Amino acid sequence: MNIKEIVEKTGKRSDIVFAADHKYLCSEPGQALIKDSIRQHKLDAIVVAACSPAMHEATFKTLAQLSGLNKYNCEIANIREQSSWVHDDPHKATAKAHIIVSEAIEKVKLNEPLQPITVPVTRKVLVIGGGIAGIRASLDVANAGYQVYLVEKSGSIGGRMAQLSETFPTLDCATCILGPLMVEVYRHPNIKLLRLSKVEEVRGYIGNFKVKVRQEPEYVDVAKCNACGECAKVCPAEVPNEFDFGLTWRKTIYTPFAQAVPPAYVLDAKNCLGLLPQACGECQKACDQLGTACMNLDAWPRTHELEVGAIIVSTGYELYDATKLTEYGYGTYPDVMTSIEFERMLSASGPTLGEIKRPSDGRVPREIVFVQCAGQREPETALPYCSKICCMYTARHAMMFKEKVPDGQTYVFYMDIRAGGKGYEEFVKRCQEERGLLYLRGRVAKVYEENGKLIVKGVDTISGKRVQINADLVVLAVGMIPSAGSKELASTLKASLDANGFFSEAHPKLRPLESPTAGIYLAGAGQSPKDIPETVAQASGAASKALDLLSSPTLEREPTVAQVLETCSGCGICIPVCPYDALSLNANTNLAEVSEALCEGCGTCVASCPSSSLSLRNLTDQQMLAMIEAIVA
Amino acid sequence: MEAVELEKTFEPKIVGFLCKWCSYAGADLAGTSRMKYPPNLNAMRVNCSGRIDPSFVLRALASGADGVLIAGCHPGDCHYTNGNLKTLRRFRLLQRMLDQFGIERERVRLEWISASEGEKYARVVRGMTEGIRSLGPLNWKTTMEVVA
Repeated sequence: MNIKEIVEKTGKRSDIVFAADHKYLCSEPGQALIKDSIRQHKLDAIVVAACSPAMHEATFKTLAQLSGLNKYNCEIANIREQSSWVHDDPHKATAKAHIIVSEAIEKVKLNEPLQPITVPVTRKVLVIGGGIAGIRASLDVANAGYQVYLVEKSGSIGGRMAQLSETFPTLDCATCILGPLMVEVYRHPNIKLLRLSKVEEVRGYIGNFKVKVRQEPEYVDVAKCNACGECAKVCPAEVPNEFDFGLTWRKTIYTPFAQAVPPAYVLDAKNCLGLLPQACGECQKACDQLGTACMNLDAWPRTHELEVGAIIVSTGYELYDATKLTEYGYGTYPDVMTSIEFERMLSASGPTLGEIKRPSDGRVPREIVFVQCAGQREPETALPYCSKICCMYTARHAMMFKEKVPDGQTYVFYMDIRAGGKGYEEFVKRCQEERGLLYLRGRVAKVYEENGKLIVKGVDTISGKRVQINADLVVLAVGMIPSAGSKELASTLKASLDANGFFSEAHPKLRPLESPTAGIYLAGAGQSPKDIPETVAQASGAASKALDLLSSPTLEREPTVAQVLETCSGCGICIPVCPYDALSLNANTNLAEVSEALCEGCGTCVASCPSSSLSLRNLTDQQMLAMIEAIVA
Repeated sequence: MEAVELEKTFEPKIVGFLCKWCSYAGADLAGTSRMKYPPNLNAMRVNCSGRIDPSFVLRALASGADGVLIAGCHPGDCHYTNGNLKTLRRFRLLQRMLDQFGIERERVRLEWISASEGEKYARVVRGMTEGIRSLGPLNWKTTMEVVA
């Protein structure tokens, strides 16, 4: 677009003292230009025509303040995202940009100088999700001396990482890294761990959130249980064990896994033979006989009301449902499994104690096929994105298979190898070369069973030939999807999700650790698929962001709140409209009044007032109408 | 002949009210993704779609706009709990009023556009521009002046 033309036209306006352009207003020389012009021309308001206010509004407002203006006498005209980047015709884009600038000028003329409202900060943090991200973030905040509430929906913290056998590229045992951290969380005096819990309600705002957490009945007293396991021995009900993805069974009173934290048994109320009314009660009898008396089958759910200043969301991921990928026959053929199931099988504490066996007949497989990108990078039918970790764990799985079955043969179908991490490329190369793994570049079209073998039909695009492998076991690298409940939580938190259902960051580069909703920080795979090193780094980053907020006892809030004008008649229509109970009728005057500490500045009350007696500071009706006129003029 | 000419050259003027948390962010995403849409809609950024007094819409139409878009967060996603639902109710009443004024309902739209729906924002602006282009100019301003 023609910036010169906009500057010239704008400069000719009677209300404009000075108009200039600069290629990068946000750079040091650009900012210096603004600062000098404010001083030289004794400006009382500025409009910065640039990128979206979501990018650098704060930068320019701070600059205005530093240059002697009130920061609310600065407005941003977004001529980039709203015009130059979205319109093909430069003339029309220029004309539109000119309107956008005029709109901002009309608004800033009516802005009043304001002072920020100072409110106290509750110096506590809520962490939602007790996987490796939540654990790292909790420890970082707690070690800095602040109280943490760690809310975990299942019976133990540990998350996905607890299910892993080894980690790439160092082949460290996952539990050996995670276990001590879990214990540290449990013992930390600044961390209160709430298992079997879910965030139900969040009110308030950055610095002062009021949170309701519902904790399912803890039939087992964590403080008393010594995990002796006598209760499980007498329990008559067995269900598939979700920790092993149904490859093993567990009782309905159980310990989620050997290293579970808190180290206490969990009662699976959904599958128990009956609690209301009690049908069996054998577990409690066994427990009472031992004298530990840690069980109470009459326990009730509890609601914890917490006050925190910041919230860290570390809700992690789940796996794409492989039964949807009908071409691979998962769910039909027992020897077609997902990578995470294979992972459990590799684990020394897993269903086969680390031996690789076919689920169908328990034989050791000789020919094994790994299918990378199963249901991934398929925008039409499955997941459009890449889960980032599958190339790495598949190389590790194939390598571990060769380690355990040296005379076996591995085939890995891949689209391309994405090994962009420290030591990753070297790891994949080493696995391929030292272990003689056979990589086939192409996709698998179909898997079916014939004479006890899985016939895998695919294509090798390098040789250009169709291939058929008669395999014993097929492992699907299915993609990561956001945890169930992310959508519900996002709506409770008023945090937004991206198109794939992961939590959105405020800006991928400027504010990657923050949700667009102030005071909510993001860590781990709930934000996007990522590996453990990245997750841990993000968790520490999110913790330091929360600590930054907590480092001051007070916080400045936007003063752009509602105000009651003299014409108020006290009709009270606005009062129930406010979602924050910020409006009330004054007992003496019987007129509406606004609590500035509670008002969030949404302006819903303003639009509801029948006599226009409410106003939103710096977005008044007059300003709205002036902007409308600027557009349609 | 003249009508055909007019249809070709008529560029609708549309006023957009976008809430800053969802729809304006969606428009930003359309921008950073370089999605293309016609330049007929000029947007105003408000905190919440609940800030939109229906009289703003009428004023925009009376002052020369050919259409108005109100865009907010999807129900349940409102940053201010339920401002968008209040907008919905006001919008329904506004629609009845538009009927009484003889203004086509298609000229005023309420859309839920989330921060991740850049593509939807572009689609809505395209659709509205084309829809209003085919309806023709509203000319409420001149009509009213004649009546007055």
